[in-house]
Amino acid sequence: MTALLEAKDLKKSYPEAEAVRGVSFAIPRGVCFGLLGPNGAGKTTTVEMLEGILAPSSGSVAYRGQALGPRFRQEAGMMFQSTALQDFLTVGETLDLFASFYAAARSRQELIERCALGEFLGRDTRRLSGGQRQRLLLAIALVNDPLVLFLDEPTTGLDPQSRRNFWDLAHRIKAEGKTLVLTTHYMEEAHELCDEIAIMDHGRIIAAGAPRDLLDRHFQESVLILPAAALEGRLRAEDGLAAHPRNGQTEIFTRDVNAAIQVLLQRGAPLDRLQVRTPTLEDLFLHLTGRELRH
Amino acid sequence: MEPRASLRRAFAVFRARNREFLRDRMSVSWNLIFPVLIVLSFAFAFTQENLALFKVGVHGAAEAPEQARAFRDLKYIRFVPVADLQRALPQLERHQYDLLLDLPGGRYWVNEKSPQGYMLERILPPSAPGLTRQAVSGEGVRYVDWLIPGVLGMNVMFSSLFGVGYAIVRYRKNGVLKRLRATPLSAFEFLGAHVASRLWLIVLVTVGVYLGTDLLVGFQMNGSYWLLLLVLVLGALSMISLSLLVAARLANEETANGLLNLISWPMMLLSEVWFSLEGSPEAVRQAAQALPLTHLVGAARAVMIDGAGAAQIAPQLAMLVLTTALLLALAARWFRWD
Repeated sequence: MTALLEAKDLKKSYPEAEAVRGVSFAIPRGVCFGLLGPNGAGKTTTVEMLEGILAPSSGSVAYRGQALGPRFRQEAGMMFQSTALQDFLTVGETLDLFASFYAAARSRQELIERCALGEFLGRDTRRLSGGQRQRLLLAIALVNDPLVLFLDEPTTGLDPQSRRNFWDLAHRIKAEGKTLVLTTHYMEEAHELCDEIAIMDHGRIIAAGAPRDLLDRHFQESVLILPAAALEGRLRAEDGLAAHPRNGQTEIFTRDVNAAIQVLLQRGAPLDRLQVRTPTLEDLFLHLTGRELRH
Repeated sequence: MEPRASLRRAFAVFRARNREFLRDRMSVSWNLIFPVLIVLSFAFAFTQENLALFKVGVHGAAEAPEQARAFRDLKYIRFVPVADLQRALPQLERHQYDLLLDLPGGRYWVNEKSPQGYMLERILPPSAPGLTRQAVSGEGVRYVDWLIPGVLGMNVMFSSLFGVGYAIVRYRKNGVLKRLRATPLSAFEFLGAHVASRLWLIVLVTVGVYLGTDLLVGFQMNGSYWLLLLVLVLGALSMISLSLLVAARLANEETANGLLNLISWPMMLLSEVWFSLEGSPEAVRQAAQALPLTHLVGAARAVMIDGAGAAQIAPQLAMLVLTTALLLALAARWFRWD
């Protein structure tokens, strides 16, 4: 598949720090590409270089094989992590303002319906709730019916219901064949939306690929989870089970769930609160860096 | 760049900025009411004519003959050196001087319609005998007549500096500029729209202030309204350009506020908004010539009080155009979205 957007050895240095230390990847058309990592990993700096908002210290970004230019501006939609809108304008006026910047704009009515803005079209943008504001920012990002849509931490600060609603919207946009570039530190968001991901840490990509492939590549185990108190002093070295404390619980990574449960039963561990799950991107990050994602 | 699309984008920003200003009631009220209040308070304070001060223009002070020295030693008279008699005579006609002395020529001029001139003439001959009397005639210019062009200029200055510069710095700080940069809108379209929006709002507000003060206190307008409009537009453009230069890179409102105050207050004090710089040190008067507000106020005053035509205020207009071109070029070169 031809890359719609390609980053080559992107670097960004500031006098006080090196934010991005040589990042390369290609984003095929029609996929949702996720840039993941903890706060300060260099995700936003990288995506702002992709958006043409920030000039790289070195390296290049190509859109449809060419340097970013007027065509990219016409065909890209962007939703920044934090955006202020012009004061004293209503939701409808703000949409019209942004629509007027583009040669071709999506139908206003369709946009209003899709992002559920109808109820507060005449409301001052300063009087919107967090979820309403995110929907407006998404509508603005979609106003030109973009070929590629950048979503930078789109659900940060939203309540679970608003986040879920946002994901539904993103799924519908994906279904139209749009290319999405998503940055997030919510691994479940990446799981939900992304076809391909790149995990960043300290300004570098430490793993990249399809989420399932990455997990399969790094884990053959399943994870058993028990309350920390349930295993206290029960396991022995010869049991072959390594227990890892995490978030007040104990996790055991094992390739043979049945055998592991047998051992736990033999050691008299209470299993009434036992959970079994497959490894997640959170586990992958911990596995690759030795650190929790949200620390 | 396709011109029609470019114009459409710029017009959209222009309209949005107009809405932002006109819906901000506090800002509109401040822009309209503040200058009117200033004029009212000064008109009230200074139309009482209760200041026991005479102002005498003195030409050739260095060559003062012995007989004039006694007159010059009198108290409660302010003596202002005059370099050009031809320029000073119209000022005597407008009562800006109470008396004009030409010491090398051994003569003095008095305005026959000036009460102060009348009083001074009673004092002059005993103190400075031998001076020949010359008379002029003309109605006086009230302080409020002299003040109005200054207040209009000051309003243009504040509205331009803070309305454009401060707004752009705020946009940069809170991310509005960053969001706009992600669209096909160019810096030229964005800045052009802001200049146009502020310019027409300044004209609108200034017309309101002009009509309001004229209705409340009344003042002289002896020149062309169109020429006055041209002066205000060129003056506003030079101030807007100055504010664009200030806002070209700053991302901190506090710094912008401090810098704009640092520019606006000395300009207000040195540009003869409130008082004339006649008699002040040469260095101060030279410094004032470097300020766009000096040329704006000077040209507006010449049109409104003297009824000056375009040719007479051409130097001031040229200075305003030059200042605008220079500041705009610098601002365009320095401007950054982030």
